[in-house]
Amino acid sequence: MTYLLKRLIIAAVTLVLASMVVFAVMEILPGDPARLMLGFNASTDQVELLRNQMGLNAPLVLRYLHWAGGLLSLDFGRSYTYSVPVIDLVRERVVVSLPLALIALALSTAIAIPVGLFSASRQGRAGDTLAMGAAQLGVAVPNFWFALMLIYLFAVWLRLVPAGGFPGWSAGIWPAVKSLLLPAVALALPQAAILARVARSALIEVLNEDYIRTARAKGLPYRAVLWRHALRNAMIPVLTILGLQFAFLLAGTIIIENVFYLPGLGRLVFQAITQRDLIVVESVVMLLVAAVIAVNLLVDFSYAVVDPRLRGRQ
Amino acid sequence: MSLLEIENLSLSIGDTHILKEIELAIAPGEVVGLVGESGSGKSMTALTVMRLLPHLARASGRITFDGIDILGATEDQMCTLRGDDIGMVFQEPMTALNPVKTIGEQVAEGIRWHTKAGRAEAEDRARKILDRVGLPEAKFPLSRYPHELSGGQRQRVVIAIACALKPKLLIADEPTTALDVVLQAQILDLLRDLVSEVRMGLLLISHDLAVVTEMADRLTILRRGEVTEAGDTARTLSEQLHSYTRELALASMHVPARPKTHLAGSAKPLLEVEGVSRDYPGRRRSLFRPAEPIRAVDDVSLTVEPAQSVALVGRSGCGKSTLARMILALDKPTAGAIRFRGETITGKAEPELKPARRDMQVVFQDPYGSFDPRQKVEKLVAEPLHLLEQRPARAERRDMVAHALDEVGLGPRDMDKYPHEFSGGQRQRLSIARAIITRPKLVVADEPVSALDVSIRAQILDLFAELNQKLGIAYLFITHDLTVARAMSDEVLVMHEGRIVERGRTADVLDNPRSEAARALVAAAPDLRRAIARRMQEQG
Repeated sequence: MTYLLKRLIIAAVTLVLASMVVFAVMEILPGDPARLMLGFNASTDQVELLRNQMGLNAPLVLRYLHWAGGLLSLDFGRSYTYSVPVIDLVRERVVVSLPLALIALALSTAIAIPVGLFSASRQGRAGDTLAMGAAQLGVAVPNFWFALMLIYLFAVWLRLVPAGGFPGWSAGIWPAVKSLLLPAVALALPQAAILARVARSALIEVLNEDYIRTARAKGLPYRAVLWRHALRNAMIPVLTILGLQFAFLLAGTIIIENVFYLPGLGRLVFQAITQRDLIVVESVVMLLVAAVIAVNLLVDFSYAVVDPRLRGRQ
Repeated sequence: MSLLEIENLSLSIGDTHILKEIELAIAPGEVVGLVGESGSGKSMTALTVMRLLPHLARASGRITFDGIDILGATEDQMCTLRGDDIGMVFQEPMTALNPVKTIGEQVAEGIRWHTKAGRAEAEDRARKILDRVGLPEAKFPLSRYPHELSGGQRQRVVIAIACALKPKLLIADEPTTALDVVLQAQILDLLRDLVSEVRMGLLLISHDLAVVTEMADRLTILRRGEVTEAGDTARTLSEQLHSYTRELALASMHVPARPKTHLAGSAKPLLEVEGVSRDYPGRRRSLFRPAEPIRAVDDVSLTVEPAQSVALVGRSGCGKSTLARMILALDKPTAGAIRFRGETITGKAEPELKPARRDMQVVFQDPYGSFDPRQKVEKLVAEPLHLLEQRPARAERRDMVAHALDEVGLGPRDMDKYPHEFSGGQRQRLSIARAIITRPKLVVADEPVSALDVSIRAQILDLFAELNQKLGIAYLFITHDLTVARAMSDEVLVMHEGRIVERGRTADVLDNPRSEAARALVAAAPDLRRAIARRMQEQG
């Protein structure tokens, strides 16, 4: 229990610290939002008026508290360029990005674990060498290039899926998922390659443990030992990497969403940066930070599920 | 008729020959001891019978178990034999259980696999066998995880797994080597009872001649992958026809010559420990109450005089090593004071400790773990020289290292080798050379010979004795092995649950233990001479 409580507190503290850093960075960045909204022809008085309206002249700490308090009640402020509440923009986009990231995460796990098991149980033999060679390639190839190849193969040539764009969930679940499939694969493959290598080495280490021999001496066939005893023990490093990868996945969506013309958070933040719509950038970055922290908290919790030693005495 | 018959078994891994023409037979209800030093092929023989060898191993010859040709059997056939008709217990109980599964799951797993029993039925049987091995459900429910059990308890779980389906043959590979003597005696009793209960054959593998003699009807002695002698235990050990058997027996009973014994009270103490305690933070049970500390060492006082050899004996977890760490100023006492040559060392800063560190060195148990594998012997042995007031020049340093190596029986040419080029015994010599290079007054030795084979152990004990006689080094020997204490010490201190419960001259305490803890240690300690005498009576 104390373990979980400790993790929860650490996650909360991390979130607060991250919000301070994000806020501070945005403060340092050049560019006056009020000036930006009014255009360069506006008079200084007009700008000053708007600054006061927007609360930009208040002391730093107050502004931070106001902003952070807004975040807690999901009030992210108004976008400078679109003049709509940021939360509305985010709400529209998150239904694209979140499923995309989750599908990619699921895909990468679904590919990596079996490949890792396959390689570890054939350590040093042809199958292992081949699988790890492929993984090496997967690590080396950048995902946007991969995305282009996928578009060419499945969208242009085979015409199985759309080459880009998103019909919206109102068009039905299947068409929506179908348009997310290629970007998810492009995101997932490099991650899967890394994860497979981690899974393989974790499994190989576990397979040399004494308790594996105990399990075999019980009469369990090799395959059963692999699934029942080795896999769960090898999960800790795999989960760690999985948690770290989620952050990279989110970063990857920014590129991939641009390649596939997906109206997701990644594209939103990309556009917001070019337009100096700092409040949108700030909000989306905080949202991504929160997502990464949440996923890592989830990883910490799943450690405790996997390993009873972390649970502490009941 | 034999239950297990090994005929003409040879084994090689790659180009290395591991076993050569092994012959061995076990009848139902019989205990056969397989004795040998490390690397003699004991474990490989066992793993060949289980067919759990590494990939590249090639075996030839014949192994028949209950009419089945083991070497010719398919993997499926082996899976039905393993855990059902043949059970195996391994050496290291701390790592032999899967840390993420409950003991109930692990015991029931084999039962379910072999009998196709349902979960409830398998758990019921698991409960019964765990109760049989001394882990009753009231205290050890099936939902316990391995990390919640001690080493001895874990070994009971491993035995429960191996014996759950009443195998015809049990192979126990050094089942008690990692345990202290009291636990060892309990586990051996348990194995003996299980054998007589179901007329199981037992192949007991051990490097400890005394343990095997107490247990086995017959024994087979292995050396470098070959059987050197085999036969009834009593006859083999009393007649000792083969010279190697004699060597082994002598080495296990070896007492190094120490003409000068040192009696307490004849000099000013070198080391004084006064009322030392050490608390560790306990586990927090509630968020609002502070955790109750665990007292590892409780109000311990002792003295060691110059040139005196003192043994600190006790069961594992009694606080011996914690005490040693505090004496070496590697850990701070919660209360009490430690004085070395009259000067208090507790609470001193590192630079002030330099003179004390120079005169007080340490030898650890594991000669493999205590050296950096990437450094040459010269550098490793010279490590403590930075404690000298004046750092010796390179040539001088080489001289000192050469001298220290010479004192422990190694040559100056060994200086430019790496640790992996040495055997276990030689590595322990290296750590002794490292300990004596600064000419210390006191060496703290934490189980310095328990990882070594008997013949090597005898040599290392001789070396310790010689250095004590020649250089007048005082020892604090920390051990659970009474044979070592008897062979090496003038005085013995018995530690139990953090306290020193008995002290006195070694022979007095060990021949006539008064405290319960000391009596338990003495009663449980295997003794070759006693064991042979008992065997002689039984076997005529």
